[in-house]
Amino acid sequence: MTALTLSDVTKTFTMHLQGGLRLPVLRNVSFAAAPGECVVLTGPSGAGKSSILKLIYGNYRCDSGHILVSAGGSPVDIALAEPREILALRQRALGYVTQFLRAVPRVSALDIVAEPLILKGTPREDATARAAMMLRRFNVPERLWSLPPATFSGGEQQRINLARGLLPEHPILLLDEPTASLDANNRAVVVDIIRERKAQSAAIIAIVHDESVRDEIADVGVDVTYFATAA
Amino acid sequence: MNDEPLLIAEGLTKYYGRRLGCRDASLELYEGEVMAVVGESGSGKTTLLQMLSTQIEPSAGRVLLYRMRDGSVQDLWTMSEPARRFLLRTDWGYVHQDPQLGLRMGVSAGGNVGERLMAVGQRHYGDIRATAADWLSRVEIPRSRIDNTPRTYSGGMRQRLQIARNLVTAPRLIFMDEPTGGLDVSVQARLLDLLRRIVAEMRIAAIIVTHDLAVARLLSNRIMVMKDGQVIEAGLTDQVLDDPHQPYTQLLVSSILPA
Repeated sequence: MTALTLSDVTKTFTMHLQGGLRLPVLRNVSFAAAPGECVVLTGPSGAGKSSILKLIYGNYRCDSGHILVSAGGSPVDIALAEPREILALRQRALGYVTQFLRAVPRVSALDIVAEPLILKGTPREDATARAAMMLRRFNVPERLWSLPPATFSGGEQQRINLARGLLPEHPILLLDEPTASLDANNRAVVVDIIRERKAQSAAIIAIVHDESVRDEIADVGVDVTYFATAA
Repeated sequence: MNDEPLLIAEGLTKYYGRRLGCRDASLELYEGEVMAVVGESGSGKTTLLQMLSTQIEPSAGRVLLYRMRDGSVQDLWTMSEPARRFLLRTDWGYVHQDPQLGLRMGVSAGGNVGERLMAVGQRHYGDIRATAADWLSRVEIPRSRIDNTPRTYSGGMRQRLQIARNLVTAPRLIFMDEPTGGLDVSVQARLLDLLRRIVAEMRIAAIIVTHDLAVARLLSNRIMVMKDGQVIEAGLTDQVLDDPHQPYTQLLVSSILPA
């Protein structure tokens, strides 16, 4: 029983503005993650680690291959799914945390964190209370909660983003450098939450450069250079 | 999730004389989905929006099906004119780029909002006024301005009033033509935030025409890219914007100035 299975996923970018230059990125990516398992993608930058996460989340379209997600209900193949199937899957089962917060003007930090829960159907008050707990856990000072994060520091924005992405307890989590630019305290918070999610049977695919964090969370390592095309 | 589309259009085509406005556009829109239609001016976006909202008749491709509140599916072109008008005034909304086209400029703000309520049969003056006042505050217009006409309003306030007028009947589908066009950037941000929140809270399906990819990214789940009257690329908004396949879409995406 796996939560997520990639088989023979291939991705090439065609840059029409550069005279149709073809940029092969990944070839025959195949691996799987079971519930409760954390797969860490390794390899030098530019090897295609983030591209794999974007393919799983449906941000990039794969040229061929299959990305099968099983998270309650019938499995969905992201490579073939309709936009609304992907949207429904993201809302209900698929979490994706990047290093960067895409801040919406005028929306407070607290509302940004609570939003995915509200979209999932949690009543607003309950979602807001849980968002507040998460912000407290990430040591975000309470005086910042009601402010839009556009003016926050990089580390503060990242913690808002982590709180938002980790709060909904999705069965599948994609983490792109969740601990970059965090101090030791907050790194430990991330590690704790990842362990909790694993105990709740979430399947996690992560990119982590920090070796101590990687050692604490990884069950399986997948070396992406194996799939990288000789670019 | 309801598995039946709210709106189905097939092969919508419009010629203005011999000039092509829009060719062979098809789409299915589901409840709560927000679709952006992007492309430069003259690409056929507004023509498509006007065909979808039955404001202009297509030259070809007359399939336009709508799932009514009672679950029945109706062909909008065989529906009687009064029934269609009623639908437009109640179950649908249409937000024009120019608020003067969507508002009655000589009628008070409260009257502009109340009029749509009367169209759905509300007659109690006190209730209508209370609902209108509530909607004005939801779009951040001070209650003290309820008896003023939109002529006395700023551009941003007029646009928010137009949105209140459209949403007061809790429509299931709303069409918007460049809703933030012609507004200052700070006024735009406020309007976008408002639209985003209200559309999500009320689970309204929307089709938004915009030339601004940032607006599309912020508001929509799905996107259609138009060029020379045709839809050249469509899909999830973040997918099309992060991994554009068509040369023209790549050009559009790469032309955005970083903030």
